[in-house]
Amino acid sequence: MAVAETALTRKVVERGTSGERTRDLLFRLALLLCMLIAMLFLGALIVDVALDGGSILSTDFVTKYPSRFNADTAGVRSALLGTLWLMVLCAAFIIPIGVAAAVYLEEYADNNRWYNRLIELNIQNLAAVPSVVYGILGLAFIVRGPIEIWGLGKGNPTLLAGALTLGLLVLPVVIIVAREAVRAVPSSIREGSLALGATQWQTIYRQVLPGALPGIATGVILALSRAIGETAPLLLVGAGSFLLFDPQVDGAFSAMPIQIFSFVGEAKPGYRDLAAAAILVLLAILLIMNSFAIYLRNRYETKW
Amino acid sequence: MADGQKSAGGSGSGSEGLIRTRTARTVREQAIKGLLVAAAVLSVLTTTGIVVTLITESSSFFEDIPFKDFFFGTDWEPLAGGEQQSFGVVPLVWSTLYLTFVALVVAIPVGLGVGVYLAEYASPRVRKIFKPIIELLAGIPTIVFGYFALVFFTPLLQNELGLDLRVFNGLSGGIILGILVLPTIASVSEDALSAVPQALREGAFGLGAAKWQVVVRVVFPAALSGVVAALVLGASRAIGETVVILVASGNTPNLTFDLTVAHQNMAAFIANAARSDAAAGSTAYATIFAVGATLFVMTFLLNIVAIRFVRKHRQVYD
Amino acid sequence: MRLHRSIAVLAGCGVCAFGVAACGDDKKESSGGSGSGAEVKDLSGSIRIDGSSTVQPVAEAATEGFNAEAPNVKISVGGIGTGDGFKRFCRGELQIADASRAIEKDDIADQCESGEVEPVQVQVGIDGLSVATHKDLAIPNDCITTDQLKELLDPKSKVSNYKELGAGFPDEKVSFFTPGTESGTYDFFTEELLETDKEQRTEDVETSADDNQIITGITGTKGALGYVGFAFADQNKDKLKILAVDGGEGCIKPEIKTIADNSYAPLSRPLFMYPSTKTVKQPEVKAFIQYILDNNQQVNEAADYVPLTPELLEKAKTDLTAAKAVAPPTE
Repeated sequence: MAVAETALTRKVVERGTSGERTRDLLFRLALLLCMLIAMLFLGALIVDVALDGGSILSTDFVTKYPSRFNADTAGVRSALLGTLWLMVLCAAFIIPIGVAAAVYLEEYADNNRWYNRLIELNIQNLAAVPSVVYGILGLAFIVRGPIEIWGLGKGNPTLLAGALTLGLLVLPVVIIVAREAVRAVPSSIREGSLALGATQWQTIYRQVLPGALPGIATGVILALSRAIGETAPLLLVGAGSFLLFDPQVDGAFSAMPIQIFSFVGEAKPGYRDLAAAAILVLLAILLIMNSFAIYLRNRYETKW
Repeated sequence: MADGQKSAGGSGSGSEGLIRTRTARTVREQAIKGLLVAAAVLSVLTTTGIVVTLITESSSFFEDIPFKDFFFGTDWEPLAGGEQQSFGVVPLVWSTLYLTFVALVVAIPVGLGVGVYLAEYASPRVRKIFKPIIELLAGIPTIVFGYFALVFFTPLLQNELGLDLRVFNGLSGGIILGILVLPTIASVSEDALSAVPQALREGAFGLGAAKWQVVVRVVFPAALSGVVAALVLGASRAIGETVVILVASGNTPNLTFDLTVAHQNMAAFIANAARSDAAAGSTAYATIFAVGATLFVMTFLLNIVAIRFVRKHRQVYD
Repeated sequence: MRLHRSIAVLAGCGVCAFGVAACGDDKKESSGGSGSGAEVKDLSGSIRIDGSSTVQPVAEAATEGFNAEAPNVKISVGGIGTGDGFKRFCRGELQIADASRAIEKDDIADQCESGEVEPVQVQVGIDGLSVATHKDLAIPNDCITTDQLKELLDPKSKVSNYKELGAGFPDEKVSFFTPGTESGTYDFFTEELLETDKEQRTEDVETSADDNQIITGITGTKGALGYVGFAFADQNKDKLKILAVDGGEGCIKPEIKTIADNSYAPLSRPLFMYPSTKTVKQPEVKAFIQYILDNNQQVNEAADYVPLTPELLEKAKTDLTAAKAVAPPTE
C-alpha cells in the first residue's frame, strides 16, 4: 500500500525543469506545513494539559473524592470508578450482542433478502448518528422508561442506564468490526468443518469465532475506549458530578468525562488545573487500552 | 454415523435413532439462529426507538408551535419566560452550519494535506510513526478539546493575537472543532489515496509528469469518491459535535457572521436544555426533541451521501 | 475449547461483578437506624437533592460535613434551577428540593397537586443576590440603582451602551450574563427588581443554568454585567467587581452583615430546602437537614452565604420537627 518511488520514477522527476522542481518543492512544503499544523496543535494540547495538571497527579488524586470547595483536596475517585464500571457493564452488553449480530449477518443472512439489507443499512447509519441523539434515546427510553427494573426507568439516572446508552452508541462499531474479523476467516476452514459433519453453529463456534477472536477483541477494546470518552450521552442521561461516594450499578454515578466537564466549568481558581489532571488520568486509561489492543493485534493476529 | 448429519443436510436412511438426533440438533440450531437474529434486530430496534421518540415528542411540540414559526422564525428563545419565549430555529441552524463551516475551513486543507503527505510522500518509516499518531488524535475524547479551546486557545487569541473576542465565542470553538475533525479527514482520505493502484502512478511518471502533477492530476481524481466520503464524514462529525461548542462557544446561537460572539449548535443546545431538565411535557422540553429530530435528519442525509460515495469508490477497484 | 474456556471465565467474572454490585448496599431505603435513638454514623440510604444552583453550595458543604459523621448515606446534589427542581420534586424523583424562593402556585403540579407529595418548607440560609460586572467596567462609585438595573434589563429595554444610563457611565457596549427561567434567582430578580411576571430582556443577554458559566462570562467580557447568588460573586471577587445597590436608601454593598440585617434591600432573600412529608420521615433525610440547622454557621460560611439569624434558626428547627406540609400558595 505504501507508495514506494522506484529508481526510474525518481530519475524522471529529477530530469524535470527547474520551474517544475520549484512547483514540486512548494507543493511538498505546503503538505509539510499541514503536517506541522496538525502536530503543533496536538503537541500544544498535550503539553498544555501536562503542564497544568501534571503537578496535581498523585495517588491522592485518584483515591479521594471530589470537592466543590477545596481544590487542594479534590480527587476523582467517584468519577474514575464510574468510568471503570461503565467500561465493564458496557462490555458485558456489547460483546455478546455485537458478536451475535455480526455472526448472523456474516454466516446466516442471505444478502438478497430485503430485511437483511435493511439491517445492514441500519447499522451503517447508526454508526454516524451524533452521540447526543443516543443520549436523547437513553433519556427518553431507558431513564424515563415506564417500568422500573433493576434501577432503570422512572426517571432514575443510574450507572446501568448510562452503560446501556453508551453500549447502544458503540454497538454499530462493534458489529462492523466483528463482521470484518469473521469475514477474514477463509471459507476453506468452514467448508472443512462442515465436510467433517459439524453443524453450522458448531463450525462457527469451534472454528470461525476462535479464528476471528483477535480481530473482535481489538475492535471491542477500541469501541470501549470510544464509549468511555463520551460526554454528551452521559449529560443527557443525568450523570452526576462531585459525588462523594462510590457508584452502584443501580444508583447515581459519575464518570471521568463528566467530572472533567464539571471541573472545567468551575469558575473558582485551581479547578482548571484539576480538569487538566483528570484529563491526564483519562488519557492514561485510553492509552493503556489502545496499547493493549495493538498488542493483541500484533501477538494474536492469525495469518491465514 | 450418527454424527455425520448436517442440519440442512439431506435425509439419511431413516432409522429412528438418526431422525431423533437430527431433530434435536435442528431445534437447537434453529434456537441459536433465533438468538443471533434477535441480536441483529436490536440494531433496527435502536433506530426505531430513536425515530419513534423523536417523532412522538416532536409532534407534541408541533401541536403548539406551527411548522412555519419553527423552521422560518428567526427569534430563538425557547427557554425564556412568558411573552419572550420564541421558537424560531433559524439562528440555531445557522450557527450550527456556520461553526461547521469554520471547522471545515480548518480541517479540509490541513486534513487533506496530511492525508496526501502520508499516502504519497512519506517514507514507510515516517508513515509508520505518524499514521498511528493521527489515529491517536482521533481517539482523544472531545471534552479534552473543549478544555483546550476554553482554557488555552481563547486566551491565546485574546491576549497574544489581540482579538476582541468574548470569552465564549464562535471562532475558538469553530477552529478547535476543525482540529477535532481533522484526523477523520486525514485518515480516511489517506486510506482512499493509498488504495489507488501503483500502476496509475507509474504510468504518469512514465509520461514525464512531476510528482506533484501525479498526485494532483492522477491519484487524487482516482481516489475522489473516497476523498469526498472523508470530507462528508468529517462534516457529519462536526455538525453533531456537542461538548466542544458547549464548553467554548456559549449558550446562544447568533444569526450573524460575527465570530467574536457566542454561537451554539443544535447538539450543544440539546445537551444544555437537558441539563436544565424542563418538565417532561412542557414546550421547552419538547424543543429538545424537535431540534434533535432536525439534527438527526441532517446527519442522516449527509451519511446517505457518504455511503453512496463510498460504494462508488469501492466498485472502481474490486 | 480455548474459546469455551475464555467465555466461561468472562461470564463468571461478569456474574461476580454483578453480585458484588447488587449485594453492595442492600439498605437502599431508609432502614438505617430505628427512630431517634439511632446513631448518626449508622445511618444509610440515598438522598437525591436538586433544584436551585444558588442553594447548591449549601447542600454540598453540608454533604461534605454530614458524610464525615454519617459515611454510609449517599447524597447526590444537582443544580438544575429552582423551577426545574420543583418539577422533579413533584414527580417524586427527589428527596429534597433546593429553592432560592418560596414555592409558588405554578410549582404545584403532578404529584404535588394530587397530594402524593407534600412539600415541607425549611429555611437554611440567607442570600444577597449580587450584581457583578467585569473588573474594568467603570460604573460611577461602583454603585447602581434599582431603577438603572430595571432600565438595563427590562424586557422592553433597548439600551445598547452603558453611557445611555447617564453622565459618568462608561462608553461600553452592554453584555449581560444572567440565570435563565429555570432559576429561582431569575424569578426573584424579575419579580423584585424588574417587577415583571418572570420576563427579562433577551437581547444581548446570555443565560445559563450554571452560575459558574455566568461568572466566567462576566470575568471574560469587558462590558459584562450580571447577577448571581452572593456565594458565587464573593468567591470570585478578585476577578470581578461587585456593585453596591441603591434601593432608595443609599448604596449598600452586599456583605454578610448587610444581608443578615436586611439593609441590603431589596436583594436579600431566604434560601430554602423542601423535603416532603414522606421523605422527612426518613431518618437520614431528617438528620441531614438537622445537621444543616445545628451547624448553620459553619455550613453557610463554607458555602459563603449568610447564616440564619437566631429567630429564623428557631423557626426553621420548629418547621423541621413539625414537618407540616406547606399551605397551598396563592400566587
